[in-house]
Amino acid sequence: MEGKKSTYLTLFKSTFYLSAFTIGGGYVIVPLMKKKFVDDLHWIKEEEMLNLTAIAQSSPGPVAVNAAILLGYRVAGILGALITILGTILPPFITLCIISVFYAAFRDNIVVNSVLKGMQAGVAAVIADVVINLGGNVIKQKDMVSVIVLACAFFATYIWKVNVMYIILAGGCTGAARFFLKMKNSQKGGGIK
Amino acid sequence: MILLKLFLSFFQIGLFSIGGGMAAIPLIQNQVVDLNHWLSLAEFTDLITIAEMTPGPIAINSATFVGIRIAGIFGAVVSTLGCILPSCIIVSILAWIYFKFKDLKVLQTILAGLRPVIVAMIASAGLSIFIVAIWGEGGFSTNPKTLNFISLLLFFSAIFVLRKWKTNPIFVILGSGIIGGVINLLA
Repeated sequence: MEGKKSTYLTLFKSTFYLSAFTIGGGYVIVPLMKKKFVDDLHWIKEEEMLNLTAIAQSSPGPVAVNAAILLGYRVAGILGALITILGTILPPFITLCIISVFYAAFRDNIVVNSVLKGMQAGVAAVIADVVINLGGNVIKQKDMVSVIVLACAFFATYIWKVNVMYIILAGGCTGAARFFLKMKNSQKGGGIK
Repeated sequence: MILLKLFLSFFQIGLFSIGGGMAAIPLIQNQVVDLNHWLSLAEFTDLITIAEMTPGPIAINSATFVGIRIAGIFGAVVSTLGCILPSCIIVSILAWIYFKFKDLKVLQTILAGLRPVIVAMIASAGLSIFIVAIWGEGGFSTNPKTLNFISLLLFFSAIFVLRKWKTNPIFVILGSGIIGGVINLLA
């Protein structure tokens, strides 16, 4: 019993600490989780961690939360998952509660306002950088369908303000349709090339 | 009623943001600014700026921030729960399928099909944020008076630094905040 309790405590402390000190979301927290749970604690194998990461990244929702659920469940079952979820969401929850109280009071402060204005330009640049990288990869593949899908999705979101849910569903259907077409073709051609 | 609305909105954000971080931004904007008018575009831009600077997933940060402003601490709790509930359900199912069949090929192909859509959505949200950062809440205009030259200069310098040296985004955002803040205060 004592051993179980200490497992839960370590799970909570580890995920809380990781979540509190990683800025930048899923892509940063996953490698740190690997370091903690694979290299330090030896609770799971490296290969398994990679598989869990793949599931976390291809599932909907925040990658950090997904990874925490998988890890917690793997180590200590459902209770473990609940503990790691709590450990992961508490730090941002507490931080943002405090900030939102201050935000109302300080938004009109001239210094805060000037710094925020400067930071907005930085955030716009960070997003633009991500778009250039990701968009470049899509175009580099020289796949006309992808480029058309990209253009349509952009107009639908930016110009017509369509509910994003429908655009994602449509994109997912396109992907599924292509998968089954490819499967059909490879069956006809007698094997996958 | 407002609690239910918050819950459902963030449930949708949790359900449809695939690929983490940036991919959640357009969904949050869609729900919080366009559909429910809980935040103005400028407040939303502030929120993303804050979320980028604080620990934790952007979606959780946004859920807490919007929830507490609209309906107090209960609003924050309800929004955050709504945001993570789809993960809890879907990740459990996927993990079960994975451990049983060890094959995620269909899922991976569908995800590959989604990639251009997600890029387009991030681009769209990025353009909204760019316009607020450069022209302010009034939006794009050809009148040069509304254009903020300091922000435009900061934007291009930040892009240059990011692409040339692959600097950590946190430092780029902090740096442009400090430099922009000082110039704005002096001007």
